Amino acid sequence: MKAKPYLSLENVDMNFDTPNGVFQALSDVNLRVAKGEFISLIGHSGCGKSTVLNIVAGLLEASSGGVLLENKEVNKPGPDRAVVFQNHSLLPWLTVCENVRLGVDKVFAKTKNKEERDEWTKETLELVHMTHALDKYPHEISGGMKQRVGIARALAMEPKVLLMDEPFGALDALTRAHLQDSVMEIHSRLKNTVIMITHDVDEAVLLSDRIVMMSNGPSATVGEILNVALPRPRERLAMTDNAEYHRCRSEVLHFLYERQKHVAAA
Amino acid sequence: MGSSATALAPDADVEELNSGTAVIEKTAETEKMKLVFVKPVIDTRHTEAAQRLRNWGEKGNNLARALLLPMITFLIVLGIWSFIHAQVSSEIPAPSETWEAAVEIFSDPFYSEGPNDMGIGWQVAYSLGRVLSGFALAVLVGIPVGFIMGVSPVFERAWSPLIQILRPVSPLAWLPIGLLLFKAVNPSAIFVIFITSIWPVIINTFTGVRTIPKDYMNVAKVLQLGTFEITRKILLPATLPHIITGMRLSLSIAWMVIVAAEMLTGGIGIGFYIWDEWNNLNVNSIIVAIGVIGVVGITLESVMQWIQNRFSYPQ
Repeated sequence: MKAKPYLSLENVDMNFDTPNGVFQALSDVNLRVAKGEFISLIGHSGCGKSTVLNIVAGLLEASSGGVLLENKEVNKPGPDRAVVFQNHSLLPWLTVCENVRLGVDKVFAKTKNKEERDEWTKETLELVHMTHALDKYPHEISGGMKQRVGIARALAMEPKVLLMDEPFGALDALTRAHLQDSVMEIHSRLKNTVIMITHDVDEAVLLSDRIVMMSNGPSATVGEILNVALPRPRERLAMTDNAEYHRCRSEVLHFLYERQKHVAAA
Repeated sequence: MGSSATALAPDADVEELNSGTAVIEKTAETEKMKLVFVKPVIDTRHTEAAQRLRNWGEKGNNLARALLLPMITFLIVLGIWSFIHAQVSSEIPAPSETWEAAVEIFSDPFYSEGPNDMGIGWQVAYSLGRVLSGFALAVLVGIPVGFIMGVSPVFERAWSPLIQILRPVSPLAWLPIGLLLFKAVNPSAIFVIFITSIWPVIINTFTGVRTIPKDYMNVAKVLQLGTFEITRKILLPATLPHIITGMRLSLSIAWMVIVAAEMLTGGIGIGFYIWDEWNNLNVNSIIVAIGVIGVVGITLESVMQWIQNRFSYPQ
């Protein structure tokens, strides 16, 4: 028997009621994640990656099966599973600082006093290099900066698991690379457990310890799991001629474009 | 090089417009600039004559936009008015007579000789008072109702049909009900304004709550905010721009409705003032009152616009 996992999805099924009958989005999804592990979920559009993430976040409830975090079942949302949303979802009427502070105030209402919470808010924003824009409103900063603040807001809750739903999907390639480096740096410092959804094969290989490749829906499930045996810290440029990197990359590409060819491309 | 000269020239022109005396020096300066920057470029767009012509065009455009076009419209209206006075109906006074009447009316707008004889300032003040009271009541009731409708589908299903039926009814139809209920003119008029104002407030608040992005609610869920916190920290700020839009609509309709309501109720107020002057065949005063109502309306509108800008946030 293996050691008890930190986070586990056990036989998760997800059915949605639609006007055309029941649609089975997920069928028997099983996943075990160790503490401090960085997991990527990759798959074609519509394969249910976001559904998996939302179930872990508690924003959706699985039709059957369930999620265990430190051996306790989770079925509603909470700051222990903070989410970085795809389109940042910062509240436009709050400043950068206030957006992060909202979570800090909630999570540390009893454990930290006002000054400590101030300090902690600034510290997390420092982590994502956003202290220069504390009093700016979301519409005053760039897309990449918004996503940084989104990450800071999630990190500030000191989540047990950090969930990221295509966090860099809407960004240009350069900004995306910057943020990936930031996320790697933060992960190496905080050793947090991360589940990230991505479409980007290079992103998945560069960031992850394991890549979970999902089969196509309906009734999507975990197809294969790939171990990325690259030592950390990983350096973007050094990867360009690293054999293991290329092995992983082609492994994922083969899965996506041979075994799970997406017939009805979304 | 060429572009910096063209960028310089309009600036100088603005100054020319502002102060006539400084023009010569300024143009001399810009002329020098032009010589330096423009001479090497052989392009008709940058020759001096063409430049000057273009400047004239721009200058003319700006002036026209600000003053000239509205002035022309005003003159046309004055012309039509004079024509009607001279050829169609001599009971419509000439613009000059109305002007004289206006000067007299505004010489003492706040005189008061008993409840039946007060200056136009007081008339407007009474009307405004009714509008603002009715409006305030509508906001107090309408925002919570719209909010609950937005949050609770059950409540929405229960109340929506009634609101849909009552909304298109002219608020004046409620005046007799008001008179029966309150047995007094003033509260009845306020009641009519309340009915006028409440629908846009309810509907806009409701729409605002319904159109809150799902992401904001997901943020609230992840943070495990309670009902009170969600209302205060997410729902209220997210809906505020919608609520204010509703209030702005309400207030401008209310200002229109009060005139008609007061014509029916009598007493003091700009509506009744018009009716009273009609009975005295004082057409000059009526025309002046129309102008006053318009100006007050614009003022109310701009105050609400200012509030709206103040509380709106770019998405």
